[in-house]
Formats: sequence, C-alpha cells, structure tokens
Amino acid sequence: MSRNGPLALVFHTLFVVFMAAPIVVVCLVAFTPEGYLSLPVNGFSLRWFRAIARYPEFVNAFWVSLWLGAVSSLIALLFAVPAALGIARHQFRGREALSALFLSPLMIPHVVLGIAFLRFFTQIGVSGTFPALLVAHVVVVFPFALRLTLAAATGMDRSIEMAAVSLGADNWTLFRRVTLPLILPGVVSGWALAFIQSFDEVTMTVFLAAPGTETLPVRMFLYIQDNIDPLVTSVSASVIAITMLALIVLDRLYGLDRVLAGHSDRGR
Amino acid sequence: MSFLELDSVSKRFGDHVAVEDLRLSVAKGEFISLLGPSGCGKTTTLQMIAGFVDLTSGAIRLNGRDLASVRPAKRGLGIVFQSYALFPHMTAAENVAFGLEMRGVPRSERETRVRDVLAMVGLAGYEGRHPRRMSGGQQQRVALARALVIKPDVLLLDEPLSNLDAKLREGMQIELRQIQRNLGTTTVLVTHDQTEAMALSDRIVVMNAGRVEQIGTPQETYERPASAFVSQFLGKTNEFRAHVEAGSGAPRLVAGSCAWPAPAGATGTVTISVRPEKVGFAGDGASGLEARVTTRIFQGNHWLFQCETECGPAVVIRQNSGEPQPAEGEGVRLVWRAQDMVVRPGAGAP
Amino acid sequence: MTAAVAIPAPAAAARGRAPWPLLVPALALFVAVVIIPLVLTVLLSFHDWGQYKGIEPVLILKNWQEIWSDSYFHEMFARTFRIAALATLITAVFGAPEAYILNRMRAPWKGIFLLVILGPLLISVVARTLGWALLFGGQNGIVNKGLMSAGVISSPIPFMFTETGVVIALAHVMMPFMVLSVWAALQRVDPQIENAAVSLGAGPLTITRRIILPQIMPGVLSGAIIVFSLSASAFATPAIIGGRRLKVAATLAYDEFLNTLNWPLGAAVAVLLLLALVLIVVSSNALIERRYAEVFR
Repeated sequence: MSRNGPLALVFHTLFVVFMAAPIVVVCLVAFTPEGYLSLPVNGFSLRWFRAIARYPEFVNAFWVSLWLGAVSSLIALLFAVPAALGIARHQFRGREALSALFLSPLMIPHVVLGIAFLRFFTQIGVSGTFPALLVAHVVVVFPFALRLTLAAATGMDRSIEMAAVSLGADNWTLFRRVTLPLILPGVVSGWALAFIQSFDEVTMTVFLAAPGTETLPVRMFLYIQDNIDPLVTSVSASVIAITMLALIVLDRLYGLDRVLAGHSDRGR
Repeated sequence: MSFLELDSVSKRFGDHVAVEDLRLSVAKGEFISLLGPSGCGKTTTLQMIAGFVDLTSGAIRLNGRDLASVRPAKRGLGIVFQSYALFPHMTAAENVAFGLEMRGVPRSERETRVRDVLAMVGLAGYEGRHPRRMSGGQQQRVALARALVIKPDVLLLDEPLSNLDAKLREGMQIELRQIQRNLGTTTVLVTHDQTEAMALSDRIVVMNAGRVEQIGTPQETYERPASAFVSQFLGKTNEFRAHVEAGSGAPRLVAGSCAWPAPAGATGTVTISVRPEKVGFAGDGASGLEARVTTRIFQGNHWLFQCETECGPAVVIRQNSGEPQPAEGEGVRLVWRAQDMVVRPGAGAP
Repeated sequence: MTAAVAIPAPAAAARGRAPWPLLVPALALFVAVVIIPLVLTVLLSFHDWGQYKGIEPVLILKNWQEIWSDSYFHEMFARTFRIAALATLITAVFGAPEAYILNRMRAPWKGIFLLVILGPLLISVVARTLGWALLFGGQNGIVNKGLMSAGVISSPIPFMFTETGVVIALAHVMMPFMVLSVWAALQRVDPQIENAAVSLGAGPLTITRRIILPQIMPGVLSGAIIVFSLSASAFATPAIIGGRRLKVAATLAYDEFLNTLNWPLGAAVAVLLLLALVLIVVSSNALIERRYAEVFR
C-alpha cells in the first residue's frame, strides 16, 4: 500500500496535536506549583494532587463512580450474555427489532434518558438513591456489553457447541464448559467498555445524582460551573491516568479497534 | 432387520424442499456414503440423524427405536464435523475425554481409553497439546478419536477430509477405512467427492436436489448408473444420441455409422452412455464411430483425448502402456464393447 | 452508531421460535426501565405546571404551544442544530482525511495513532472540555496568554461563552466517532482498487475524487449522523464552554428541571429534541441506504 506523502504527514501531525492538546494541557496544569491556573514552567509540583485529599467530596465521588461502574457493568452482563446467546444462535421473527430495542439507548440522547429516569424514579419514590442510579447506568451501558458479547457469540464456531451436545452435554454443562470459555474475551471486554462508559457518564447522571450519590464527573462538572482552578485539573489528570491504564490493558487483551469498532483489521 | 433406518424422511424449509422421501436401510457395520453436489440435501440428512434438525415427515430408527423422542445429547452418535469443532480451550486429551466425562466414566478408566484411542489414530504423545498447535491433519484425527472413544452406535462424518490437501487426504482415506473395518462401527459419510465415496463405502447413496438418484455399491453406481445425473456425477462419461430401428429381423440400435443389437424393450430415441476408459481406437478403415482427435493431453499414467465424432464430442482415456497413440488431427474410429455401454430412453441432457 | 451495529446472521440458520428464556430478562428490563419512563416523559410534557401548584397531571397543550409561539425556543433550537451542523462539518472535513491517512500507515504507527485518536473517547467529556477552557479561556487561557505576551495579539481571542468555542470543543469531543466510522468503512475497501486506477493512468486528484471519495462516503455520512445527533443533544460541553447564557436544548432542559422546576416544559423540550433527532437520523439512514446500497451489496 502506498505510503503517506509529506503533506499528509503534516496534516496528520497537526491533527494529532489538535486531538491531544486539551488533554495534555489538563495534565500539565495539574502539576503547576502556583496557586492559580498556569503551566508548570517553574518546575513540577504535586501540591494540587495532595490537595485532593482535602476535598472529601471528590474522594467520595471517585468511590461512587468506581463502585457504580463495576456493579452496573456486571449487572448489565448478567442480562446481556443470555440475550446475546439467544440472538446469536437463533433466527426468529423479530430478531432485528429486538436487537434494535436492546441497542436503542445508544440512539436516545442521554439528556432525554436523564429526564425520563428522573421522572420515573420520582414517581416511584426512589429518586436520588444509589440503586436508582445503578439501574439507570445498567441501561445505558447495556448496549456496549451486548455488542461485544454478541460479536463473540456470533463469531464462535457453532459446530463446537453441536459437538459438545452430541457427546452428551446438557445445557448448563454446555454453557459452563464450552460456550462461556469461548466467549470470555468478548464478555470481559464488554465489561471493561461498559465500566468506562459508566465511569465517564455525566449528562444523564447530572439529573439523577443527589448529594451523597454524586459521581466523579458530576462533581467535577458542578465544581467547574462555579470556578476553574488547578484542583479540578489534578482530579481530571488522575482520571485520565486511570483511563489510559485501562485503555492499554484493554488494547493488549483484545485490541482497542475491535472494542470500539466491533471488528479488527490488525489480524488478531 | 436394519440397524439404522431412514423411513421416507423429508425436510422442508418453508417452500424449499431440502430432502424428499429418503429411504435407506443401513446394516450394522456398514460404511455408507451420502454423495452429491452442494445443496443436494446430504448434510441436512446427516443433521437430521444427529438430531440438530427436525424431520418434516418420516422417521429415523436406530436399532428399532424411533429417534424422534431422543434428544441429540442422548443419541450416542459420534460426529466428526467439517471444521473438526475441537474445543480450542482444551487439550487433545481433554477434548477426547469430554464424551466419557458426560457419561460419568471414572477418571482412571477415562485416561486409559483416551490414550488408547489417540494411539489408534496415530497421535500417541499428543495428549497435552492444544488444537491451535496442531496441523489440520492432526486436528482431524483428534476429532475422529473424540467421536470413536464413546463407542458410538453410528459414526457420522460430515465432509471430514475436505479441508486436507490431496496427498494427506488419500492417506487419511486409507486409515479411515482400516479403523472402521477394525472397529466394525456403522458409518455414514457425507461428501461431494466421488472418488472418496467410491474408495471408502460399502454402498453409495447418490443424491441430487433433495432426491435419491441411486443406491448401490461403488461398482454398481459407476458401471450401471441409473440416471444421467449419476453417470455424469460419478466420473466422466460420453453421451451419444441413438435410435432403435425396427426392420426385418431383430431391432438394431443405431448411432452414426455404428449399429448393435438393440437391448430388450428399447424403442425410439435413446441415449448411449459409455465411460472414456472403455473406449478404444480402431484404424480409419475399421468399423466404429467416425472421429477426429482434436486435442491430446498427457497425464502421466494415462492419455486424455478430446475427439469430434459424427455424433458429437467425446472423451477417450487410454492407459499409458508405452504403445504409440493417435496424434492430434488424426482420423480414427471409436469402438467399445456392447456390454460397456448403458442405454437410457430419451434424448438425454445436452 | 446505526450503520456500525448491523447484526451478523447466525451461521447455521436454525430457524424457529425465539429462545424466550434467554431473552426475557433483558426484555423485561427494557420494558420496565426504558419504555415506561419514556412514555411517562411524553405524558409529562402534556402536564400543567405553576410556580406554586407544582405539576398538575392533566393533558393540555400548554407547553407545546409555548415552544411553538415563543421565538426564544425557536432561536434556541436553531442554535442547537446550527452548532451541531457546524461541528459535524468540521469533523467530516478533518476526520475523514485523517482516517484515510491512518489506514495507509504501517504497524506499529497505525496501532499507536489509532489509540491516540480513539482513546479520548474513553476519557470523560468533562476532562476534555476542561482542557479547552484552559487553552482558550479569556485572559487566563494558555494559548491566549502566550499569544498576548508574545505580542501577537492585543486582546484575547474570544472563545468562552461563544458559539464558535462550543463548536470547536464539540468537534474535538466528537472527532473520534467520525474517524471510527470512516475507518470502519475503509476496512471494507479493497486496497487493490487504487492500484488498478493508477495502472490505468489516473492522477492523484482524480483518484481522490472519483475512486476514494465515493467509497468512503457511506462511512462519512453515517459518521455525520452520529456526530450530529450526539452534538445536538450534548450537555456538558455547551454548559461549560457556552455558559449560562448560551443555551442549547440539553442545557435548557436541565435548567427547567433543576432550576426553574418547570418539569413539563423541560420534558417538552427533551421530547421535541428526541423526535427531531429520530426524524433526521431515520430519514438520513434511508437516504444513505438507497443511494449507496448498490455500491456495497
């Protein structure tokens, strides 16, 4: 394949700079030794990272996000794995419609979902509670868990399952000993992607979170509305660092382009 | 009484008829091939025997018992799939042991039987290896071992050799036949390769578009094809249009400048079918079908001749006996014994 | 997301009844927690509201009439879709070529830059938008401060609380979706086609215009649909960059719900946004399918 000429490479470099600049800036400013927004030209300092400890609402919000992300992804998987197996294995009337329904949260604006959940939860009296927030997150991360699990389930050689059945395996043994080990990479990636989506979600959560169930992005957003100071940059930088770590792990395990695009061209 | 019986089995997918009124009785220990082009219904039939596809009508009986009431997991059949379908996350030994595990065979007995069957297929020492670290031929043997170790009533093979290269395939065919003879397992093989079917089977079921064209031994189906399809699918054949002349004396079968005594009951226009290897060359002046050699191809142990005859194109195969053969452009006469040709009513397929 | 989520068909078509036991849990979840709340929201938009009486569960057209007649809402929706359209344009113009360039790279660069460009999708939108506020915000913005102290400009480039700022920040946030969509389309393109064109004598401009562009256009268009709908319903970025006075649909709904407490009006705005987007997405999809189906069938 022909390679890129100099013009293309210049464009590409500028593009990458454009994409990276805001993120790099946030990380740089987080290390500023000054008491106000500035680049760390006079040396790097961890003062704003240490300052996070003095803001328990950020620390709490972090744990809420972590817990919410882990549990909602797990619950989403419990619904997604059987659904994926059902859709992947069988041709039936309404299959397309059902899949569209399950993937619909991707199409519905999160602001609409936030409002809908707020209304619904208020009507049944659970507004502002953690379980309610959990349910909302399960719904929005479900399509991500489903998509990856579905890709793994359809990519699996069906005759392997038939072989196991012909050798005498009942349904539960089939799932436990053959199907699950085979789709496990897809399931784990589905969980990881769902976790990240939940962790970063702000638009819907801002409608649902009450003090005590605030997630980290919501806390950051509300803080920024009042003022922007290096504290929120150090929090952001920490979040970015954790995400980058998760990204690299995900890429190593499964391939990031496969996770995001549903397929890979890197021959894995 | 037959061991495996397919009694008027039919399968319909919506409007599409995949298998129509299949009747087959398989004796215990017999090796049967379902042979036909893709889409003829052979794989569907296998899937029905295995229980993964329901019958639209008819019944399948194993040892007298109707299989309709038996779930696939309980049928006790050994299946080798076209893609081998090995469990990629298990070793060869674990793959082979799986069926025994499902039957509750104790561990020590399992290990012995797994080792023995892997040795039988020539994979002694491969117990701990994973499928991805094995060649296609080795994977195929593991799949076979996995199907055989459970001592199945019937062994089902779905185009098991189609993914192997030609040399390997020939070797595997011989081994497969030996193993089957030693074990005496009733076997049903699905294939589109007629040489494979003829090499391995006691009897061949030739299928086309869901229907059975002929059931017979390899020799029967080859030398006495029951229809144009069978004669053209199994090996090559020459077809000439001929007609029966009734005149003074016995009726004669006439094609071009040749004539033979007409077979009993033949009338009107008929088709003569004769295999290329049954056709010989006679000199230009002798009696026989007038022809000219258009192309001559050397194939090692035999010669292939394309000829234009007074009755249309023909193919002749002569063994490379060392004797001189007709050259391209040469005029010849084609001859064959009357008993080597098959006469069928009608004008035949073009 | 719509084009990229085509459901692959099962290999052995075991046609028949749906496997209900496997599907019922997820179906029940969706009916209870997605369909019902959405229906309730639509109903809410028909309710009445007053500052002292709160929400009155009747069915009237008051909120819809308000949106229909008040030019404030027209302006707001126009602004929302204008911003979304501009952001979409920018991502298309810059994201498509970048996807093409990426595709032509060799490993390991291809993988590395894919990570760099797609990775931000997994970083919170708040952090990314914060970066833009830091870069261009008023006097203290890094770039502005730098340019001013270097004497290049005398007053800061206006960015915060302007539409331009929101457009640029949104384009940045949405860019990975466009790159991803065009990238996915490129995977289906036979690389030999370009070579064939070259061997027949086509120059680079012709190849770009007549060979490459038509083939990636479906990817660009489906990416555009995704970017447009996400931008029109964006919340955090317009809130942070646009501020309190520059309202788009999502921030207005938020305002009504959490500040004014006029839930029915907020619901009406949200439902209208949803309807508009569904209409745009479905009709665009249909157009694309019809126009490009022949190419890729």
